[in-house]
Amino acid sequence: MPAIEILGIEKTYSVGFWRKQPRHALKPLHLSVEEGEVFGFLGPNGAGKTTTLKLLMGLMYPTAGSARILGMEINDPRMKAQIGFLPEQPYFYDYLTAAELLDYYGRLSGMPAKDLPRFTAAVLDRVGLASAGNMQLRKFSKGMLQRAGIAQAILHDPKVVFLDEPMSGLDPMGRREVRDLMAQLKHEGKTVFFSTHILSDAEALCDRVAVIHQGELRGVGAVAELTAKVQGKIEIIWRGTSLPAALTRLGAEGQVSGDTARAVIADTQLDSALDALRSEHCRIVSVNPVRGTLEEYFMQQMNIPAAPDDDSSSRKGASA
Amino acid sequence: MNHRIAAIASNTFREAVRDRVLYNLIGFAVLMAGASILVGQISIDIEKLVVINLGLTAVSLFGVIIAIFIGIGLVSKEIDKRTLYTVLSRPVQRWEFILGKFFGLAGTLAVNTVCMAAGVFLSLLYVAHHVVKNDVSILVALYFIVLQFLMVTALTLLFSSFSSPLLSALFAFALFVMGSFSADLHLLAGMANGLNRWLIMAAAYIVPNFSALNVISSVAHGESVAGRLILANSAYALFYSAMVLCGAVLIFERRNLK
Repeated sequence: MPAIEILGIEKTYSVGFWRKQPRHALKPLHLSVEEGEVFGFLGPNGAGKTTTLKLLMGLMYPTAGSARILGMEINDPRMKAQIGFLPEQPYFYDYLTAAELLDYYGRLSGMPAKDLPRFTAAVLDRVGLASAGNMQLRKFSKGMLQRAGIAQAILHDPKVVFLDEPMSGLDPMGRREVRDLMAQLKHEGKTVFFSTHILSDAEALCDRVAVIHQGELRGVGAVAELTAKVQGKIEIIWRGTSLPAALTRLGAEGQVSGDTARAVIADTQLDSALDALRSEHCRIVSVNPVRGTLEEYFMQQMNIPAAPDDDSSSRKGASA
Repeated sequence: MNHRIAAIASNTFREAVRDRVLYNLIGFAVLMAGASILVGQISIDIEKLVVINLGLTAVSLFGVIIAIFIGIGLVSKEIDKRTLYTVLSRPVQRWEFILGKFFGLAGTLAVNTVCMAAGVFLSLLYVAHHVVKNDVSILVALYFIVLQFLMVTALTLLFSSFSSPLLSALFAFALFVMGSFSADLHLLAGMANGLNRWLIMAAAYIVPNFSALNVISSVAHGESVAGRLILANSAYALFYSAMVLCGAVLIFERRNLK
């Protein structure tokens, strides 16, 4: 049984004062997330990520379609006792201390009152707020609030955790801590569904990702599957001190370093490029496919040309 | 009351206390102390009447102002600050949230009223030096004031469930004023003819009948309150509040939290 099943859920608003026009915030979305998966929901701002999460949390009502979480309807209170949710840029009751906040949420989740102090202390320790339990939330920094938000989402040991932009506004250390926490959740067998537009986080954490743009699902699959769909490039390295003219005519981007030359060409030009190098009697050292990145795949789905190739945005695949 | 409603109610009460809402009691205490001393000096034989009138009117006004100004933000503030998202993503039904908020504010007002009532009785002791059996009617007047608070709280929650805080405050104040003169609306309906008569009559029944709950003047004059009126007012206030809360729940249940 999938942990999350989204069955053609969609959301349409009427905009305009006199002449109401429909605006599709989310076009019919079909998606399935298996138990124990870390699933990244990617898209630019305004793509429909938060709308999807609000529909799943029952904060909004779908125009059509339905969804099931852990096999139950999205407004089933039994299901809600088994999920945790961190909204984007969370804001909490600032007159409460972190411990009081968790106590409140624990009671709402139906946790036994006698167990709450123990669970609260444990989860505060887990998110690195053990020493701030008695501090009012109005005195918390943005990073601390984000941690408090994660604490309330996992307090009741939910089976599925939904995180809306969990790394938003965090410094590099904070992002790393959240990443580690998500990895721990995966290790514990939890299903984690998180939205983000930080692709490196998704690439590092996710078993699978979905890309959404303008309310429409553009792709879904494992990161490796999706990046394989990016138009391939090949890197050729040979012994030589110059770039043959034939290679330049094939559109190769090349560079020479000492007695070694390197060129990157489209994979469709591989045979022609190798023929050109052989005709120049160059000794070929390696031929490597250059795997596309998630960013390149993402940009392709957004119909935005990829940035010029550089070492930080591309990674080598297996050696030839 | 289930544990989720109780948790929301106690959190609402705690918010009001930490937002220093009960500081209004200091203002009330100063008012009553000043009035008692002043009345003792300038009034002859009517000190008690003045203190009861002034005290109960102040209890009513302070409470209504608190009910409106806290009530208008009970739902809209939670939506604006998105604190509601983490509440409703738990096994909390929307009607439970509305009821929790209602009981939380009603509890705050009840505690506030008990403290103020103590102030009224202390002032009374100061000017009259003793309390007589008939003064029990003051407790009935205070009970009616609490019933008014329940109705005002329900109304502000209704407005807060679909409107901005400013508009909610305007609506609630307007209804409070109209409700305070609802007896006059009934009289006006009696004098009108045709469609006007029906329209005024409808308005008189829709607006809360606060004038029926106002027995301050008669209590100040030492008159007792009939048991039948206590029953009728209790039934009316609870029924009206329940109907308004149903309206608030119906609106809030349908609302998309954007």
